[in-house]
Amino acid sequence: MSGNKEGALDTYTVPTAPFRPGDEADFGGSWKEQPGDLNRPDPIDCNSNDTYDHAHGLIRVLGDDNSASGDWNPDLDAEELIKGLELMMRLRIFDDRMIKMQRTGKLSFYMRSFGEEAIAIAQTMALDDTDWIFPSYRQPGAQFVRGRDMVSMICHCIGNTEDNIRGRQMPVHYSWKEGYFISISSPVGTQFSQAVGVAMASAYKGEDQATITWLGDGTSAQGDFHYGLNFASVFKPPVILNVVNNQWAISTHRNLATGGSNFAARGLAYDIPSLRVDGNDFLALYSVTKWARERARAGKGATYIEVYTYRAGAHSSSDDPSRYRPGDEFKCWPGGDPVDRLKNHLISIGAWSEEKNAELTEKIDSEVMAAYKEACKFGDLASGPYPPASTIFTEVYETVPWHVQEQREELGK
Amino acid sequence: MTEMNMIQSLNSALDNALETDKNVVIFGEDVGYFGGVFRVTDGLQEKHGDHRVFDAPLAEGGIAAIAFGMGLNGLRPVAEIQFADYIFPAYDQIVNEIAKLRHRSGGEFSTPVTIRTPAGGGIKGGHHHSQSPESQFTHTPGLKVVYCSNPNNAKGLLTSSIECNDPVIFFEPKRCYRGPFYGDPHNVPTWKGHAKADVPEGHYAIPLEKADIVMEGDACTVIAWGAMVHVAEQGIRNSGINAELIDLQTLVPWDRDTIVNSVRKTGRCVIVHEAPKTSGFGAEMSASIQERCFWHLEAPIIRVTGWDTPFPHTTEWDYIPSPERIAEAIKKTQEA
Ligand SMILES: Cc1ncc(C[n+]2csc(CCOP(=O)(O)OP(=O)(O)O)c2C)c(N)n1
Ligand SMILES: [Mg+2]
Repeated sequence: MSGNKEGALDTYTVPTAPFRPGDEADFGGSWKEQPGDLNRPDPIDCNSNDTYDHAHGLIRVLGDDNSASGDWNPDLDAEELIKGLELMMRLRIFDDRMIKMQRTGKLSFYMRSFGEEAIAIAQTMALDDTDWIFPSYRQPGAQFVRGRDMVSMICHCIGNTEDNIRGRQMPVHYSWKEGYFISISSPVGTQFSQAVGVAMASAYKGEDQATITWLGDGTSAQGDFHYGLNFASVFKPPVILNVVNNQWAISTHRNLATGGSNFAARGLAYDIPSLRVDGNDFLALYSVTKWARERARAGKGATYIEVYTYRAGAHSSSDDPSRYRPGDEFKCWPGGDPVDRLKNHLISIGAWSEEKNAELTEKIDSEVMAAYKEACKFGDLASGPYPPASTIFTEVYETVPWHVQEQREELGK
Repeated sequence: MTEMNMIQSLNSALDNALETDKNVVIFGEDVGYFGGVFRVTDGLQEKHGDHRVFDAPLAEGGIAAIAFGMGLNGLRPVAEIQFADYIFPAYDQIVNEIAKLRHRSGGEFSTPVTIRTPAGGGIKGGHHHSQSPESQFTHTPGLKVVYCSNPNNAKGLLTSSIECNDPVIFFEPKRCYRGPFYGDPHNVPTWKGHAKADVPEGHYAIPLEKADIVMEGDACTVIAWGAMVHVAEQGIRNSGINAELIDLQTLVPWDRDTIVNSVRKTGRCVIVHEAPKTSGFGAEMSASIQERCFWHLEAPIIRVTGWDTPFPHTTEWDYIPSPERIAEAIKKTQEA
């Protein structure tokens, strides 16, 4: 322990982050785990013991030389890969535009998926279109996969008259019923155990519909993480439980979320097949999610996945990470940049080029810009108009009770 | 005396508590190295060591339980819940455990926990960064409930809360961390030059269970706490009526004598709180006041509160009690 003052016993441990502002971050260079290290167990016959190595190792497909190899290679055709790249690029460009708008006051707050774009995109692409999505605030990207209109997303973020949740929640708290995308809630982790209930209902109804959910390394300290794993272990519903270990929970390093260093192996103790995957490797993420989906379809119950990655940006627009970490250390993260890695793979197989990439960037950029301009026609947080104040009182209950009605009349708007 | 904003004065109270009592420990999400998302614990880990000021795993239920245990075993824990909206995972530990330990053990055990938490709206925080859950705790016997409103009482009340041998839930109006809030989002004053920004250095305690008469008057008693104290002040000014403004400061046990004396004098009463009306603490006060002051009342007691709805994001100024609504209510008490 560090900083121990006289009187405190050495057994009283207070961990800190391995590096802080002014330190040189060191993640050990490149991964020692390589694509091909780990077999792909039969998803149907497998039990949790068969995934011991997968929970302690790291599932990779994209190698340092940009090639794809190993048992876990999903063998996607170039068209699918380009679609994945396009969606990740769209998410990143969209996030960057929103952050710029946030700085001008057009929205109150924003959270980017920067460095973690592959997660929501690849994992959602591996699902059926009607599978339930229970996101944390760092998986809005799933909506791009299912084709949500960007104008509608921006209208929510800027809280204007076309916001489908009527300006009630902070930005990034999307809700999208047609996309089976459950309304995001700020209290962290609550979605994780709820997802298990949704999956139990699918099983009850005999429907082949899986549920996917994510929470962060920090949030895995919450009771909901353990409730979810345990109910999933007991009832074996078709659910895919992910912990996104991006190393940080605001300023708190993941070594305060666990005394060990591995999140995936926790699933083994619940007797759930458990995998640890490179979260910046689009192909590996796609592949493990397909594997989990096969298990769900076959009625084999839950799969638990640690998505190993790095939060490249600030926690949110309210956060200044230079106060608690070096600042540019994500640049030496061995997992690199998920977007670049898929792009480089596509180039290496001759299916893509820097020119095409530049063209696509420009195209998406202008689409995002056009969507933003369109959305602003309906107002923004800086200048309104907002959803009418009467929306404060509606949908609290199915019908408005007398006491709420009286208060609405008192406000007189 | 030094001029401080509320973040600095809370920090000063914590610093002094750490200095004077080696059993004080401070923990919560991001409070250690970083110094808290609102900076209230800034510099304290560096100064006092990371065994005394440390980051907790992200688990409010765990934080409350750890505080229970530490307090039971001789320490004086001061836990931070990052937003009052996130106190609910800790609710069982607070309501069923921390609050009842002394009583259930026949006085054999107790735990002097202080739980600090920023509450209230006005920062565009939507449903889950804006709530005022004080009545969820005033309804729990065994807890003291304190609500500061300015830099001076923030320090004085926090010191007394930490020194109190009963568990205390200590609410901080986050909207007032850097300045008083008069209900106009476009006019954002700082604490600079405000009389209540003068805060003593070193040890400074204000007794719990005492209300503060902010402005004397004889036409109506206006009771508020937290950010609403300043909004009510503006409301009184707007009304042009010579009302008496009382900052309740401690909600449980509340300073009934001060309130009753004031209402007997004015014969009229308006209670203001940000939390929803139904089962809000205003209901408790209103009932108690009429029990004691019935024959002195010239008009019905009026509550000006948040609506019985979740706290909204874009339309929060239509939710938070405004100076206009308060002025209206004060005027109405004069009609009778
Ligand atoms: C119950 C609850 N407590 C605290 C918070 C404040 N908070 C929001 S995000 C966050 C950190 C989450 O970290 P992690 O789970 O690792 O997810 P990441 O942000 O890294 O994606 C905290 C403490 C909250 N939203 N909900
Ligand atoms: Mg994290």
